[in-house]
Amino acid sequence: MVTITNLVYLLSAILFILGLKKLGSPKTARRGNSLAMLAMLLAVAVTLFDQKILDFSYIIVGLLIGSAIGVIIAKKIQMTEMPQMVALFNGLGGGASTLVASSEYFHGAAPEVSVLATIGLSIFIGTLTFTGSLIAFAKLQGIMKGAPITFAGQRFFNAVLVLGSIALGALFCMDPSNVTMVMGILALAAILGITSTIPIGGADMPVVISLLNSYSGLAAAATGFVISNNILIIAGALVGASGLILTNIMCVAMNRSLANVLFGAVGSDGGAAAGADGEKKTVTRYTAEDAVVMLDNAQSVIIIPGYGLAVAQAQHVLREMSELLESRGLNVRYAIHPVAGRMPGHMNVLLAEANVPYEKLVEMETINDDFQNTDVVMVIGANDVINPVARTKKDSALFGMPILNADQARSVMIVKRSLSVGFAGEDNPLFYDDKTMMLFGDAKKMVTDIVQVLKG
Amino acid sequence: MMGIVLVSIYIFVLTVFIGFEVITKVPPLLHTPLMSGSNAISGITLVGALLSTGVGNNQLAVILGVVAVVFATINVVGGFLVTDRMLEMFKNKDSK
Repeated sequence: MVTITNLVYLLSAILFILGLKKLGSPKTARRGNSLAMLAMLLAVAVTLFDQKILDFSYIIVGLLIGSAIGVIIAKKIQMTEMPQMVALFNGLGGGASTLVASSEYFHGAAPEVSVLATIGLSIFIGTLTFTGSLIAFAKLQGIMKGAPITFAGQRFFNAVLVLGSIALGALFCMDPSNVTMVMGILALAAILGITSTIPIGGADMPVVISLLNSYSGLAAAATGFVISNNILIIAGALVGASGLILTNIMCVAMNRSLANVLFGAVGSDGGAAAGADGEKKTVTRYTAEDAVVMLDNAQSVIIIPGYGLAVAQAQHVLREMSELLESRGLNVRYAIHPVAGRMPGHMNVLLAEANVPYEKLVEMETINDDFQNTDVVMVIGANDVINPVARTKKDSALFGMPILNADQARSVMIVKRSLSVGFAGEDNPLFYDDKTMMLFGDAKKMVTDIVQVLKG
Repeated sequence: MMGIVLVSIYIFVLTVFIGFEVITKVPPLLHTPLMSGSNAISGITLVGALLSTGVGNNQLAVILGVVAVVFATINVVGGFLVTDRMLEMFKNKDSK
């Protein structure tokens, strides 16, 4: 039976890998997800045949409760709320790993030092993921403020927590009967999860979710070491790798090192007034009618959506606008910056939900050379990702960040509530450029007005 | 016993490499579904939770196990379903 179980686990591992591979193209992605589901189903089913399992009553209760909650969340969640949902699920995965490792400990099968060490590690990573994810969830959900929370000696304090956990782990390996050590690791990891997540600002959340995603995988893998289960190790390692890659992509897109994101405490809640640097700059207010006149004379339009678009729930009316423009013979595309939205790839999902065909969603590297041949760029609810300061101003927080070359287009339209700065706190010279048309107002209202004029 | 842990480390490291190879090829377009899908995969801890719960020779261990089953099942079921819901929305021009 053990052989059969392990062979099924191997099959399950292969299906997980093939599933992730199929996620590489929008055409096959849904099938890929189904393969991963099948892999999970196989792994769970064969585990239930394990002869060590004596009592199924609790298992069935647990599975039913968990499935019911999972189904409800998956059906009810809004696409704008995906980041906090993923954060919450990461936390649950981490929590489950801690619980399994603790449970193994209390089964007390006189384990070897190597197993004890993995129990400690699993509890540490799992708990860290659990509390860290809950903080990330609270920040994204708006229960906590997005601004960084810092205190004196924070980094030193965190370092002490890590070292303390290692010391407790070593003591635990020497004296496995001492429950205090396990509780100590648990407590230190729980505090570390909180103190290492609170200094991270709202704009850096995509990095944190990716990193916690990686942790949740590592926690599962660590639990696999505890119970010598290969499918946990393999699936956990895959997720750990995936989270690390996404973390790296997000860091590169923001031109920040991971250390800077984790310890830099950069950012605010956003929306602060533009820096009063003395010189008086003027912008001209334009209306929806002006915008339509300009669009009438254009042949190509690139839309740059930012998170402000999603906040205003303007995706659907924006799709209506681009269809109207297309029916007039314009070439309309969307330029998606890697950090648009609140998690990697978030903007693509929001636009897909609004029925924008995915061929129209173009990545930054692909579209950046096309701006110079484009008549109109329409920026909606984005700011830092088009700020030319990133190319020139060396002392700016934005300097070096890859941006969309909106300023190279023949004319630029910016829909925005005010002249306020973005997350990076940097004024945007493009607002004051002669070829820029500022359309002040709520994104949804402004785009709706444009649609009305186009129809009228 | 060290032998088993060593084999586990081999499997872990080699799988990380496979993970890097496979996942680097996923385009930014699909990064959110990738994340929620891989998130569901990390709910594989469910397998461990089932064993912890079912073996049942220690009351506390069983309680911890049941809570783990609930957590991991939410993670698995919710994660896969929401990923499917998202991927269903990704359509190209022809399928509109």
